[in-house]
Amino acid sequence: MAIKEDVYTRIFQILSYAIIIIASIACLLPFLLIISASLTSNESIIRDGYHFIPQEFSLEGYRTVFTFPEEVLRAYGVTIFTTVVGTTLGLFLMTMAGYVLARKDFKYRNAFSFYIYFTTLFGGGLVPWYIMLTKYLGLLDTYTVLIFPGLMTPFLIILMKNFIRSSMPEELFESAKIDGAGDFKIYYRIVLPLSTPGIATVGLFLALAYWNDWFSSSLFINDPHKYQLQYYLYNVINSMQFIAQMGAGTGVSLSNDMPTESTKMAMAIVVTGPILLLYPFIQRYFVKGLTIGAVKG
Amino acid sequence: MNQPVPKSSAMLTTDSRLNGRRLASGRKNGFFYELIRNRILFLMLLPTLIFFFINSYIPMVGIYYAFTQFDFNTSLFDAKFVGLQNFQFLWQSGTLTKLTLNTVGYNAAFILFGNVIAIVLAILLNELRGRYFKKIAQSVMFLPYFVSFVILSVIVYNIFNYDNGFLNTLLVQIGGERVDVYNQPWVWIFLIILFYLWKNLGYSMVIYLAAITGISDEYYEAAKMDGANIFQRIWYITVPMLKSTFVVLLLFALGSIMKGQFDLFYQLIGNNGVLYNTTDILDTYVYRSLKVTFDVGMASAAGVYQSLFGFILIMTVNYIIRKLNDEYALF
Repeated sequence: MAIKEDVYTRIFQILSYAIIIIASIACLLPFLLIISASLTSNESIIRDGYHFIPQEFSLEGYRTVFTFPEEVLRAYGVTIFTTVVGTTLGLFLMTMAGYVLARKDFKYRNAFSFYIYFTTLFGGGLVPWYIMLTKYLGLLDTYTVLIFPGLMTPFLIILMKNFIRSSMPEELFESAKIDGAGDFKIYYRIVLPLSTPGIATVGLFLALAYWNDWFSSSLFINDPHKYQLQYYLYNVINSMQFIAQMGAGTGVSLSNDMPTESTKMAMAIVVTGPILLLYPFIQRYFVKGLTIGAVKG
Repeated sequence: MNQPVPKSSAMLTTDSRLNGRRLASGRKNGFFYELIRNRILFLMLLPTLIFFFINSYIPMVGIYYAFTQFDFNTSLFDAKFVGLQNFQFLWQSGTLTKLTLNTVGYNAAFILFGNVIAIVLAILLNELRGRYFKKIAQSVMFLPYFVSFVILSVIVYNIFNYDNGFLNTLLVQIGGERVDVYNQPWVWIFLIILFYLWKNLGYSMVIYLAAITGISDEYYEAAKMDGANIFQRIWYITVPMLKSTFVVLLLFALGSIMKGQFDLFYQLIGNNGVLYNTTDILDTYVYRSLKVTFDVGMASAAGVYQSLFGFILIMTVNYIIRKLNDEYALF
């Protein structure tokens, strides 16, 4: 009996290792492709195509990106600004909302929860939303429009509420009240310090959404100086493609004169860089926070 | 809904004090009584309520745009009312059916493959022994979730572009012919699903892994004693225990089945009209109508259709689930 089970378990484990290793490699390979391409000379890419290992090592892609660093740095600045302001403000509002909705003695918590949740079920659609922000609130080409719409999502508020409810007993609030603490004092003296894992998770979700945002720029920003990093990258890629195609159409090859392919890939790496560097540190908070949220169901 | 308020001594004093002051109205359970008693809490919630009012509720009024001839210069209710004309155009052009089928079809595939593969991976990962190996594998699979969709489009371009993409380079090297993937509409059905999975599997896997970790070891011990092998333990214990997580994720996903993964589709396809038949979803259509073709009337009509259809769908599903098993219903 015991031997038979061991055989099964062993087969299963070998199979598991194999599948997990294959899946992990599949997740990594695309990154390897762009890293390799960013380190390859442009001629080599045009002649031999993209490879996993640079055929002709060169840093010209990165050199081109940083020939005129003002624009890249400016886009970086916009993204860092919106990410920091948006995340801080959004976190403040969402932890407060989560705390209020988690308070069992707050009578209308279910009604207000539904008020927030309902927006995920039904909406006016993109067009009325766009018209309201541009025509009635006059937010075209402002930094506000890059920050405001992303401040809160129902999902994150519910996550925060569940986190506070599951990690802080109601008695804690009551005893604080007996000691004379007001509702707001309970929030910043008790709830905030005790919600670090929840704040980390929600904050990371929020920061990631701001950092990866290209959509707001594409809808609301006409002034290239205010482009977010991702949209800047998107534009660079598309305009280079455009230049290359123009060259192909007229018979004049422009693509040989400028390192378009390697520059594109170098640009992609420069844009992704911070996330790839921070990832190992960030990732465990994500997993921890998601775990807490998921066990709650 | 109306749970009795826990009576602590502190609350009793507040209650009676306020009661004394407001004897005239005497309505202890009224909204205004609550508003005054918990004014700080209301105040703390207020910014959130205002935010959703501006960002979500006011645009609902704008649904009216779908029934008018849009003119950016006039205000909403001065615009010329045209009834269902916008919807009629949309319907007659045949786009509506195509968009609906694509949107629902892709989302169904995302939900099905996304969850099933994530569950399988979570179970496999959970059975591995090496602690570090497990951690690293989990991190690696979660990594694509962090990468922006713009980068994803760079990756796809890198692999599939005609002149020097990785795939074509490989094909030429082994003596094959180049393939112009960007002109093959049917291929994108698989590519979009594939890249959706690439980006999201790690995330769902972590959620299922958390649920598996939450299952008590006692079940497995007991099953082992009864001679169940590893396959039986997984099939009869792990899989059933993941049901509630699965249902919650499924319901959330169903709620947005009419909203596609806009970023994914738009970044992979862009404005490549050749591929629209197999890749256009409601979100990309609305966005293009607004930004590229300036067809605001059609865009709002499509948006209203999307919202309404999705709303009816989720209400129906929730109703059915409530009938089957009350515990799993969303609301």
